[in-house]
Amino acid sequence: MTLAEQPFHESTASIEVSVQERTPWWEYFTFSRDHKVIGIQYLVTTFAFYLLGGALASLVRAELATPDSDLLPPEWYNGSFTMHGTIMIFLWIVPAVTGGFGNYLVPLMIGARDMAFPTLNAIAFWMIIPGGLLLISSFFVGPASTGWTAYPPLSILTEQHAGQALWIFSIIILGTSSILAAVNFIVTIWSMRMKGMGLFDMPLFCWAMLATSVLALVATPVLAGALILLAFDLLAGTSFFNPTGGGNPIVYQHLFWFYSHPAVYVMILPVFGIISEVLPPHARKPIFGYKAIAYSSMMICALGLVVWAHHMFTSGTPDWLRVFFMIATLLVAVPTGIKIFSWLATLWGGKLRLASPLLFAIGFISMFVVGGLSGVMLGSVPIDIHVHDTYFVVAHFHYVLFGGSVFGIYAGIYHWFPKMTGRMLNETWGKIHFALTLIGFNLCFFPMHILGLQGMPRRVAQYDPQFAEINLICSIGAFILALSTIPFIINAVYSWFNGAKAPSNPWKALTLEWTTDSPPIPHNWHGEPPLLVHPYDYGTVDYEKLNQLLADHEASNLVPNH
Amino acid sequence: MKRQTLLSVIILIGLVISASIWYGQNHGLLPIAASEEAVLYDKLFSAVIAIAFGLFLIVQGTLIFSLFRFRKRQGDEADGIPFHDNIRLEMIWTAIPTVIVLWVALYSFDVYSTMRGTDALMIAHHMHHHPKSVLVAQTEGPLPDVSSDTVNISVQGMQFAWIFNYPNDITSGELHVPVNKHIHLDLSAVDVLHAFWVPQLRLKQDTIPGSPTHLDFYPTRIGEYPVVCAELCGSYHGGMRTTMIVESEADYQKWLNEQMEVAQADHSPKVATAKMSESEYLAGKLNQPMHHHH
Amino acid sequence: MEATQITNLVSENHRVSANTGEHPDLRIFGLLTFLFSEGMLFVGLFTAYLAFRAIAPEWPPEGTEKLEILLPGINTIILVSSSFVIHQADHAIKEDKLRAVQLWFLATFVMGAIFIAGQLYEYQHLGFGFTTNIFASTFFVLTGFHGLHVIIGLCLIAAVLLRSLQPGHYHSQKHFGIEAASIYWHFVDIIWIVLFLILYIL
Repeated sequence: MTLAEQPFHESTASIEVSVQERTPWWEYFTFSRDHKVIGIQYLVTTFAFYLLGGALASLVRAELATPDSDLLPPEWYNGSFTMHGTIMIFLWIVPAVTGGFGNYLVPLMIGARDMAFPTLNAIAFWMIIPGGLLLISSFFVGPASTGWTAYPPLSILTEQHAGQALWIFSIIILGTSSILAAVNFIVTIWSMRMKGMGLFDMPLFCWAMLATSVLALVATPVLAGALILLAFDLLAGTSFFNPTGGGNPIVYQHLFWFYSHPAVYVMILPVFGIISEVLPPHARKPIFGYKAIAYSSMMICALGLVVWAHHMFTSGTPDWLRVFFMIATLLVAVPTGIKIFSWLATLWGGKLRLASPLLFAIGFISMFVVGGLSGVMLGSVPIDIHVHDTYFVVAHFHYVLFGGSVFGIYAGIYHWFPKMTGRMLNETWGKIHFALTLIGFNLCFFPMHILGLQGMPRRVAQYDPQFAEINLICSIGAFILALSTIPFIINAVYSWFNGAKAPSNPWKALTLEWTTDSPPIPHNWHGEPPLLVHPYDYGTVDYEKLNQLLADHEASNLVPNH
Repeated sequence: MKRQTLLSVIILIGLVISASIWYGQNHGLLPIAASEEAVLYDKLFSAVIAIAFGLFLIVQGTLIFSLFRFRKRQGDEADGIPFHDNIRLEMIWTAIPTVIVLWVALYSFDVYSTMRGTDALMIAHHMHHHPKSVLVAQTEGPLPDVSSDTVNISVQGMQFAWIFNYPNDITSGELHVPVNKHIHLDLSAVDVLHAFWVPQLRLKQDTIPGSPTHLDFYPTRIGEYPVVCAELCGSYHGGMRTTMIVESEADYQKWLNEQMEVAQADHSPKVATAKMSESEYLAGKLNQPMHHHH
Repeated sequence: MEATQITNLVSENHRVSANTGEHPDLRIFGLLTFLFSEGMLFVGLFTAYLAFRAIAPEWPPEGTEKLEILLPGINTIILVSSSFVIHQADHAIKEDKLRAVQLWFLATFVMGAIFIAGQLYEYQHLGFGFTTNIFASTFFVLTGFHGLHVIIGLCLIAAVLLRSLQPGHYHSQKHFGIEAASIYWHFVDIIWIVLFLILYIL
């Protein structure tokens, strides 16, 4: 074995972690305050909701396989896509990337024992369950069917009165959870970095979580305001958004999108952070342009707060307003582009280990760019006017949310599964999962760009028969995509119980979470975390020396077994 | 950079640019252009899609190239070359996208102001005539043009049909317009939000209960085109569509006269859908065949 | 990185104790961050009010009397003054004057309660109801949510008062509850000032 090949902690492999230092399995089902337990609770719970959201998507695509509205009763079709979108956003991606990855990784990456407010952390997680159950309960009374956007007057006049009310209350609960988590992240990242780790020494995932949390903090309360007013209109006879009572539906749209646009950055920024953590160890190269990536996250945060009305280019907005938002929207492409180019430069000249984490990360870059390019097109007011509310938009946001966020989440899962569970995932199944996902996803969503441009609106159960062939292809792609989750689920469940034992640092990565056991002991490290290198020092580290120092550090801190 | 590499890069960039230009002219993604606005739109779209295609080729090309060229070889456990900054490169890939997006913004602004009429973007005009609309809502632009060259039609969206009101109290479920004339549509909604969209015109505008909106266009091609509702309006949103018929001035007048005769002969309202409940309405709508349009 | 630099970093860490012991009390930072987001809730509601006002042909809408200013004005003075009162408690606890803290908190509570009573009195004597028109609805939502936050503030003050009966619970080195209740009360006061200006003065 060459010097560089020596795995970390080889010299401590014989020192067993004492049984009291393992987190017992049943703690994962309790009100645990351990950020690692909470992180896994989030990831598993949100993944379950992901499967539910996916089932709803399958219903939608089954209906759309033929031009007629002949599978579901119309209100149930509308309920299906409404709940699909709502679940995927509020019960899958937002909590998975913030509550899941954020909670698990941030304290470890900054050398802390836990988040600033562990009890608050647990409270935030345990709001997801009632929020989710409340939303699902609406299926029993007829779910909200006005789109995840719930535009009034339709959402006030809807026949699914109870379902809409349940939807509103559920989102308010889930939004509150998001705000509490954001408070925790901001305080933790700002104040709890270990000594020696300045802001520009911390891993980029932490920068991403900081930017994300600022967005969630600032924007989510405005959504609460919108939903409170909507609830009063729906239930109390007010007319904030009802023109027949003197109200204005456009005010809702402004309030709603003031949150919901930043929400998409909440859904992607942590994933950008994940990619910045996955590429360097699997390409054996430092991240290119650390400061540029860090600053671009903050720029996206700032710009992301002033572009919301690009969702309203055909609505009741004056022309000059549309132009202002067009300019701001197009500018967001610049910091995003900086990241993409920096990631490409990170890969360039590397030693790419083409295992599942990197495959999904590269898939992310590839797919997200497509979504980003269609996003730039949508940023132009005249171009958007033709494609607004069509399948072009559906294609765009699925490329950034699935091709982007979900691919990135999978990259993160394959990368950190060994750390979280102490087991390795099976690599062959991972590659099968990747291939099926890539094929199914593109088959389903790429043709939708054409559908929109050619004239197919969104949120419809019936469409012009000229679109039948393309829709069938999309539905077949959706079917493949649905199947693609099976190898992953089998792999994850089997490996969690029976997978090969994972060493502390299977990827030879340099961030702090890899300097402790897999899974980490409850208080993360014995003694202080060993901050010995910068997070992206690939190519300049003497691994043998580093190994030795880590082993010494571990030995000097380990409590003798009793 | 080595001379050989520089040459390869230049050739590659040249290929990318050529491919993008070609694609911009041959994408075939849009339906037929039936108005002056659509022609303007298509030029903008072609330019933007060409740029997008070029960027797409560059990024995907780099990724695929990297997958092969930089793949870790068996037994090679060393790290890669640790470069992590290149100020010149970073400035280039910040500056070029900024220039591109600003160019797209300017070009779009130009196309948009032409589409909306020159005073649509005069803030002063708006603040003076419509102070309340500055913040929110109404897009009441110029008043209906009373010149003889403009055809004014008012459009109502309702669950789940479009109603078109012509001069002399003519009402129809179809939109007829004469070719090569300025058409001004006053849009409104009766119940919930709808959106008036004709793909072949590339124009769309939400219809908002309580807030009138408008669309202006100049149809240039005789034919029949779909009018599609593009804002979720309830259970039968997908079925809410009708036809726009662009015809010669003579045919248009003929149609108007026919409608007038029918209206005079039969005084009952032309379209009674507004009074029907959802289920009653559907009983009539369910089995209507879809129009097949290109 | 040079090998010697690695060694230096390690020995530096061994000297440091920040992570093995307590970290500084971050709860005030957390509270302030949270209050920022609560503030954004009001920003959203204020914006809605201002938007409705901007597009209405007449404001208040025809038939609705303009709001009277005398009683709300007095209420404002009471609430703003109570901020100064509770601030005295902050000073007092830093000098271990627990009795003074309790008196200041009690006074604040009374003033806050008077404010709420004043609000309820105003509600009773308004010429419009929750659903009368958009002005009325937004008026009630804005003042109602603010009132709710005041009541939460009163609960916090009461909780601190109760806790202060436990000997030794609050002293000059440990008084998060007093400081937190105080900050929250200032927040509620600031929101009211903005609200008063927007609803009654503008």
